Amino acid sequence: MHPKRQQRLIIALVIVLLSSATVGLVAYALRGNINLFYPPSEVVAGKAPLGRNIRVGGMVVDGSIKRSTTDLTTTFIVTDYAAEVTITYTGILPDLFAEGEGVVAAGVLDTAGILVASEVLAKHDENYMPPEVAAALEGKQPRTGTAKIYRNGEV
Amino acid sequence: MWSVIHKMGSPPWFYRFAGVFLRWCLPLALAGLLVGALWGLFIAPPDFRQGNSYRIIFIHVPAAVVALAGYYLMAFAGLVSLVWKIKMADTAMRAVAPVGGALTFIALATGAIWGKPTWGAWWVWDARVTSMLILLFLYLGVIALFEAYENKAVAARACAVLALVGTVNIPIIYKSVDWWYSLHQPASIKFTGESAIDSSMLYPLLLNIGAFYLTFACVVVLNMRAALMNIHRQSAWLTQELTHP
Amino acid sequence: MAFDSFEAAWQMAGHGPYVWGAYALTFALLCYLVVSPVLQMRQIRRQIVAQWRRQGSTDLAVAESGDAKPAAANSPEASNAP
Repeated sequence: MHPKRQQRLIIALVIVLLSSATVGLVAYALRGNINLFYPPSEVVAGKAPLGRNIRVGGMVVDGSIKRSTTDLTTTFIVTDYAAEVTITYTGILPDLFAEGEGVVAAGVLDTAGILVASEVLAKHDENYMPPEVAAALEGKQPRTGTAKIYRNGEV
Repeated sequence: MWSVIHKMGSPPWFYRFAGVFLRWCLPLALAGLLVGALWGLFIAPPDFRQGNSYRIIFIHVPAAVVALAGYYLMAFAGLVSLVWKIKMADTAMRAVAPVGGALTFIALATGAIWGKPTWGAWWVWDARVTSMLILLFLYLGVIALFEAYENKAVAARACAVLALVGTVNIPIIYKSVDWWYSLHQPASIKFTGESAIDSSMLYPLLLNIGAFYLTFACVVVLNMRAALMNIHRQSAWLTQELTHP
Repeated sequence: MAFDSFEAAWQMAGHGPYVWGAYALTFALLCYLVVSPVLQMRQIRRQIVAQWRRQGSTDLAVAESGDAKPAAANSPEASNAP
């Protein structure tokens, strides 16, 4: 290769390497802040700040949803299969909100460790199938994927 | 190998190649888009959890996949332009930028539309969504940077450097859902192991990805052909092509 | 077919505006991407033809009709310089 071109190629590759290293270091320094939410085990361990707006994400525990009879307040428990956090929310929940499904709730932790949410988002997994297939799978085996939502965490 | 690369760098050869390529591939790409859309909208079954809103996947995922691949193509063209000073590589880099930008915008907009009924929000500052927004700014940055310079040789060099620096964002977008706690679901199509999407939905999705790739290729070639016509409007070979096609 | 009627396909059980909106936006943008370079090439071609007319080229009629008849070609061989 022409020495001039070789020099330019090396310069270009150095630019790519240096910028990758920079961005990599920044991402490493901010690693906690890039997470959209805290899993319940980190909240229980006291890693999430009190009195500040945070997000908590997990699976809604079966049988934990309690709806108020007087207003739109709903109380439910989320889990990452290691710890649980109780969440209370007043407002309209997304269509996909249900027991056994993933949610991300934004709000403030009170001193009792209950998250008073101002927003609840549904987190769905990567599984897509027709209703007939889902019905056929029902009961035979636990749905794949739901637990994998937290595969990057401890669970 | 080298002779092919040499030919690719020749404007008259590429102009003629573009004509043949478009005559066959453009109708195929448009037909693919049409069949893919009809299949996704009407034939694919509804999802067991999301119902019909999931049908947006058939345009959202292809747009995002091709937007990411297009960035690599743009950065590679930038590298060739920077190191080997081939004019055609500049033209290719500039032809990719608006197409990649438009596809990134489509991925973001359809994602927002899909997010409203499923997540419950149009927009979330999630790692995947935010890194995709950065990709849009990178594409727009390459377009704007080229316009900002009076000297087009300097402009091409600046754009190539920006494109190369931006490549670091692509693996971040791709892996963001695995590295961080994110609202966006992980990939459904897996290269190893079984996909998490039923085959009745996977086939139309793959068809759409193919159609988007082909459409991307056609629009890039169209843009390059238009750019060649613009640059070489005084050239004898273009006169020849226009009078004796 | 996933739907029983056109009405059902249009409504999509309440998700119609989202799905149709997303598809409409996507195809409008894709159409723009394809049409804009085609229009640009047509305009450049028109400008080149206008310049020939000013110069009184003999290839004018051929260029305008786009016919491939070997008229009196006064244009030199295509240069292959990159």
